[in-house]
Amino acid sequence: MSMSTEHVSSVSTTGRGSAAPRPGLSLVAGRGIKRGVLAVALPIAVIVIWQVAGQGGSLFGGVLPTPDRVWKAWVIWAFGPSGGFNAYSGTWLANLLFSAERVTKGFLSAIVVGVPVGLAIGWNRIASGALDPTIQLLRPIPITAWLPFSIAIFGIQDVGAIFLIALGAFYPIVVNSAQGARDVERNLIRAALMMGAGRWTVLRRVVLPASLPSIFTGLRIGLGIAWTAVIVAEMVAVKSGLGYVLWDAYYVGRMDVVIADMISIGLLGFLSDFIIVQIERWVLTWRRLQSFQAA
Amino acid sequence: MSTITFEKVSKLYYGQKVVHALDDVSLTVDEGEFVALLGPSGCGKSTLLNLLAGFETISEGRLLFDGKVVSHPGPDRGVVFQDAALFPWLSVWENVIFGPRVQGLRRADYEERARKLLKVVGLEAFAEALPVQLSGGMRQRVGIARVLTMNPRALLMDEPFGALDAQTRLSMQQLLLDVWQSLGTTVLFVTHDIDEAILLSDRVCVMSARPGRIARTIPIKLARPRSIASLTGADFTAYKAGIMADIKVAEHH
Repeated sequence: MSMSTEHVSSVSTTGRGSAAPRPGLSLVAGRGIKRGVLAVALPIAVIVIWQVAGQGGSLFGGVLPTPDRVWKAWVIWAFGPSGGFNAYSGTWLANLLFSAERVTKGFLSAIVVGVPVGLAIGWNRIASGALDPTIQLLRPIPITAWLPFSIAIFGIQDVGAIFLIALGAFYPIVVNSAQGARDVERNLIRAALMMGAGRWTVLRRVVLPASLPSIFTGLRIGLGIAWTAVIVAEMVAVKSGLGYVLWDAYYVGRMDVVIADMISIGLLGFLSDFIIVQIERWVLTWRRLQSFQAA
Repeated sequence: MSTITFEKVSKLYYGQKVVHALDDVSLTVDEGEFVALLGPSGCGKSTLLNLLAGFETISEGRLLFDGKVVSHPGPDRGVVFQDAALFPWLSVWENVIFGPRVQGLRRADYEERARKLLKVVGLEAFAEALPVQLSGGMRQRVGIARVLTMNPRALLMDEPFGALDAQTRLSMQQLLLDVWQSLGTTVLFVTHDIDEAILLSDRVCVMSARPGRIARTIPIKLARPRSIASLTGADFTAYKAGIMADIKVAEHH
């Protein structure tokens, strides 16, 4: 088992190494196709086996619908006429947008608070002493444990969901931002001071950019947590969104909608992570060149 | 008047045990003088430079720059670091004008000088490049250009060529000789390379370790202007032999 893992990893390393001196375009395309085929092989196999095994309608006592039924339910959920007998018909996009909007609002709030607070903790001893212990004490409380509190304070409303999302995303963002600020090379700070920069300028022009790789790590983790938080919050604390549909569909026994909903959440999470990574690549061009140089 | 004055300066680090990094060091450097601090690693030569740069504070004694007590880092003392310490997210040009920019100077007041210096160090074609795209020697050229852009009263150089290969080091030494011979800035230059110390400086201070002291000071009277060709002269070899003997004495001290 461990043998085969090692083998795979060593193959991929040498593959990347030989790619360094600019391979031909067809070679790159060929490799891309190969990787694409490799990536979709497992999901396709799972779907096929699932479909075949469920053909008799007996999978888990008939509770689990087959992929074709999930797909049909999804199509109706997405494109069906609304207001008819099927309560879910045509509501997919609206619910997706509800969830996405909450994640966006909560996640942005987490960034606006988390990055400055994290940088302050990493950069300033007083800020670190005043804020870090409290944050470390609150951090082990899972966002799910905040649910009753949130509902009691904010009621069954958007604010409650956004609060939970922001809180969940805040911790990884603040911790990684602080780490980034702590790890700034001492000579870079000295160089800036030597050239006449004040503390505020050093923070803005040296500590912030030097911390960005670490901040982006925090953002990616935070965004993952934000999606977890929005589903949990919508299952309990509001009456719309993918999380609400997920729980509602389960209650009325619509497992096909439940599964279509799960896949929707997965795709959205994947897409939003992809967007962050693209922004990261754009902002941290210098960093990408650096690691390429090192490789 | 001397530009740099160390008066019986000591530096102690209080960790698990007290380290006496510098002990009772006195040194003066005159305006326009090029002084090399030569010694093995751990002799406190970098500490001496860091104190003067204002990165660290002295434990005892008095440290003056231009007649004023050193308390903070500042653009009057341009520091060149061994690892260049360029900002990796800024282009070569942005690195070179970082100083005047954060000091809030007007663009017109520094751009021409910065462009000229980029040309002097031979990097005008690389203004838009990022530091990672440059070789070690080129990065150090940027490091030199960015401090010269500030027109500092003194250059403090901490083993600036120590990480470079032998050939690049020679070309950098030549560059520094050329620049210094035309600008005449005061230089305090830390190195562990005997050849480099003799070639560049007017005076070599040989340091000994634990505690860090200046063991001997040797004036170098080789004719100026010098070039890397001076490395092979008979006078040069004589200085080298003398300093090697001094280092042996300092080690046994």
